[in-house]
Amino acid sequence: MIAIKTTGLTKRYNNKTAVNDLNLSISQGELFALLGVNGAGKTTTIKMLSCLTKPTSGDALVLGDSIVTKPHQVKEKINVSPQETAVARNLSVRENLELIAGIYGSNRKDSRMKSDEMLSAFGLVEVAGDKAKILSGGMQRRLSIAMALISDPQVLFLDEPTLGLDVLARRELWSAIRKMKGKITIILTTHYMEEAEALSDRIGIMSKGEIKAVGTAGELISKTGSKNFEDAFVACATEPEVTA
Amino acid sequence: MKFQIFASRNLKEILRDPLTLGFGIGFPLVVLLLLSAIQANIPVDMFAIERLTPGIAVFGLSFFSLFAGILISKDRATSFLMRLFASPLTASDYILSYTLPVLLMAVAQIFICFIAAAILGLEVNFNALLAVVVVIPAAILFIAIGLLTGSLFNDKQVGGIIGAGLTNFSAWLSGTWFEIELVGGWFKKIADALPFSHAVEAGRAAMRGDFASILPHLWWVIGYALITLIIAIVVFTRKMKSDQV
Repeated sequence: MIAIKTTGLTKRYNNKTAVNDLNLSISQGELFALLGVNGAGKTTTIKMLSCLTKPTSGDALVLGDSIVTKPHQVKEKINVSPQETAVARNLSVRENLELIAGIYGSNRKDSRMKSDEMLSAFGLVEVAGDKAKILSGGMQRRLSIAMALISDPQVLFLDEPTLGLDVLARRELWSAIRKMKGKITIILTTHYMEEAEALSDRIGIMSKGEIKAVGTAGELISKTGSKNFEDAFVACATEPEVTA
Repeated sequence: MKFQIFASRNLKEILRDPLTLGFGIGFPLVVLLLLSAIQANIPVDMFAIERLTPGIAVFGLSFFSLFAGILISKDRATSFLMRLFASPLTASDYILSYTLPVLLMAVAQIFICFIAAAILGLEVNFNALLAVVVVIPAAILFIAIGLLTGSLFNDKQVGGIIGAGLTNFSAWLSGTWFEIELVGGWFKKIADALPFSHAVEAGRAAMRGDFASILPHLWWVIGYALITLIIAIVVFTRKMKSDQV
């Protein structure tokens, strides 16, 4: 089953093309990484797929609904963890979770139950009563992802989820993301090679607004004849197009 | 109702900021106490409690622009608003969620101001209650200014524009601290063309039972409040749909 299918998805800002003619298919339950350097078009792609910005041309179907003509239906089925740690700073960890659950339609009892699940799944039980603003960067990111998951989305967008985190916090977050694999469709953007390689089922390498290659890490290494994934990334990002 | 859930968050977010309580409620009360103490020693008509209270209430409301503006601009800066824009909340949910909690607090602030004034000697009667109601459109005006600036600027800019600019600007032009007629000229023309002195004068007219004088002043405030609110809603909604949240 296809979760996301983009057709000629394009975004232009004045004269600059941020994303150009993106054609992608992502299966349900897949963890798909969009890998690229800063300014490659990863975040713009996520913003279009999550209905935060309209494409200049082209379209995408998210679980069968168009992001252009049925954004409200799409929004009911997705959730986003933005690049910045988007939490309500003066609310407690639990209140943050219950807030998002309520906004997505859960009643008070369900919100509390779902929050308990998320607190437990993301190792936040001990800080449940703490205000979000006093959490460490790693904990805030975990909370941010837990907030995105509490609405039971069928598709989850994670925009640079480990940006700025230290190695230990990053590994903890990887572990949390791995636990979600297979259960929901995850589209993750990153510019860390090892992150894409460690977590993803498939990787799409973006450069200058275009997808240069799509495949598993092994396929991309093999196709480019590289020694490792970093070399494969460089080869893909600097070549006109590589078909995996 | 989804907006109530988000509105509840906004109320908590503001109430849990000690600066909010300090400036929004504490500071106007300190000024009221101070001027009343001066009035007790050196009586000046300007600072008689019946004239002073509506002015202080309007002055206190100017801080609610700051609270609303900073809340929205911070939500934009931290991408919290972006997270919510990806949710099924609608534009009207956001507007109500940001406006109603601040309005609730503003009305509470007006009541606290009048209760403090009553303790200091203000006669509690129908006119005083009417003055409370008459000042409420000014609350909507200041909240709309906060919604507008919060949608356009970052929290530091909002702090500068409103925290330093609007609170002083509206106070000087309100006729609370000195008689605008004494300055006269262009200053009076500007003050008359803006809603701040009209908000205070409408409150004062209610206090003295001069009911015929209320509406001519109040229309200025209601007009400014509605226009500012419409502009703020349009700007916020455009921001929601734009590429730069």
